[in-house]
Amino acid sequence: MSIWGKVAIAGVYEHPTRFAPDKTAYQLHAESARGALADAGLRIEDVDGFFTSGVGPIGIVSLAGHLNLRPSHLDSQAIGGSSFVSHCVHAAAAIAGGLCSVALVTYGSTAASDRFAIGTGALGGAGDPPDSFEAPFGPTIVGSYALVAQRHMYEYGTTSEQLAEIAVTMRRHASLNPHAKYRDPITVEDVLASRIISSPLHLLDCCMISDGGGAVVLTSLDRARDLRKPPVVVLGGAEAVRHAGIGERDLLDVAARQSGPLALARAGVAHGEIDLCAIYDSYTITVLVTLEALGFCKPGEGGDFCAGGRIGLGGALPINTDGGGLSSNHPGMRGIFLVIEATRQLRGECGARQVKDARLALVHGTGGMLGQRHSAVTMILGRA
Amino acid sequence: MADVKGKAYEKPLPRIDEESRGWWEGLARHELWLQRCRDCGTTRFYPRAVCPSCLSSATEWVRARGRGTVYSFTVTHQNQAPGFRGELPYVLAIVELDEGPRLMTNIVGCAPDAVRIGLPVEVVFEDVTPEVTLAKFRPR
Repeated sequence: MSIWGKVAIAGVYEHPTRFAPDKTAYQLHAESARGALADAGLRIEDVDGFFTSGVGPIGIVSLAGHLNLRPSHLDSQAIGGSSFVSHCVHAAAAIAGGLCSVALVTYGSTAASDRFAIGTGALGGAGDPPDSFEAPFGPTIVGSYALVAQRHMYEYGTTSEQLAEIAVTMRRHASLNPHAKYRDPITVEDVLASRIISSPLHLLDCCMISDGGGAVVLTSLDRARDLRKPPVVVLGGAEAVRHAGIGERDLLDVAARQSGPLALARAGVAHGEIDLCAIYDSYTITVLVTLEALGFCKPGEGGDFCAGGRIGLGGALPINTDGGGLSSNHPGMRGIFLVIEATRQLRGECGARQVKDARLALVHGTGGMLGQRHSAVTMILGRA
Repeated sequence: MADVKGKAYEKPLPRIDEESRGWWEGLARHELWLQRCRDCGTTRFYPRAVCPSCLSSATEWVRARGRGTVYSFTVTHQNQAPGFRGELPYVLAIVELDEGPRLMTNIVGCAPDAVRIGLPVEVVFEDVTPEVTLAKFRPR
């Protein structure tokens, strides 16, 4: 039994806030849920499946209480920033399999107003077993991605200029997004002149820290056809992890190499058919290695692939048309915004940043610390 | 927690448990010991009770020479955490031991901008508390 092509995204909502010291994370979940349900034309009492990585230790249970939900299917997959892409893939399986009929996925975070140093705080002490062998040496999240960037430069001659091109492109996209946090154009020289945070990554190679929230509502394609908005169908999805293994860690073997081809095969879609991508851009290097691993170009060709406008609006493969985590928003885990932007592109709702006649989108979330252990989720979305 | 010089040691400390005790006891003697599966012969790092290759619990420890090369590194210029804040910039690295395993560490004993991928390095044992010794590396 295939689950693909049977479930659709019926409602999405991206909270417009980028800084919300007057709101709580729970409130951002609730306001986002309200927005996505209104977008779908569904009511809160229609929700019987709840998907979120939550807030706090028993997050999803507390959040269900906050929204007074009594779902019969709960999924609190927590694998980092990719979690919310995973929630959508899991919701497709749950709905196609009859575990629930209307799935609500929510996210909310006040990372910026809490002054939470996501990328440059020290990673945990003696938590999970691998932490004992890493945390004493001072890895940061940005440092974990920097280890990959350094190795990529060594193996393939990738340059800081090539990475900067990605940041410049995201900023150009953000200039067309009225909600984006940073909208003033930047140049490659600006990126290279920004201070080094963890070599070889500069400040402008790094995503921001913002507040924010978002929600997605999924239901069967049959039901979605009768709702307010054009359905966006979940055509395929797959997940993967990479880690240090038993000591043979290969920094250039990222999890997208497994999830990407599997998701495309499940959807029956070829690389050349994809009209746009939403790829988690925690750092510029994340986009570059993800594109290679997904198979859009060969290992080592990512720098050239991202040059010459190919990944910009008007290019052959526009990426992160909202401006991404580098320029639009990044409250800590932005996977849900990848799903929302891809959905809105496939509906043709993106105005000045609309990709003409977008029919197929690839969404890819990365979660965790790329050079230590990370998750990947790839999902293929298409118009009904 | 005080270090051996009596100053407060602020960086995260490992949790020494039954799975990893042999590694930490080796470090305290200023020796590097790796686990090897007695059934399938696979060497593994970090140490753990069950061999992921064959699920055997039969384990022996083999001594490593403490030499290797830098596999990747990053010069960290920003880390707000106590213990690291005062040591910026420092070099976070992954070193490939001659015996195979790649492990996270710091490169010490040279200027950060002297570190390169492929740099030959040797272990330096740093006694950070009476219980804990860390394996760091320096150019050789």
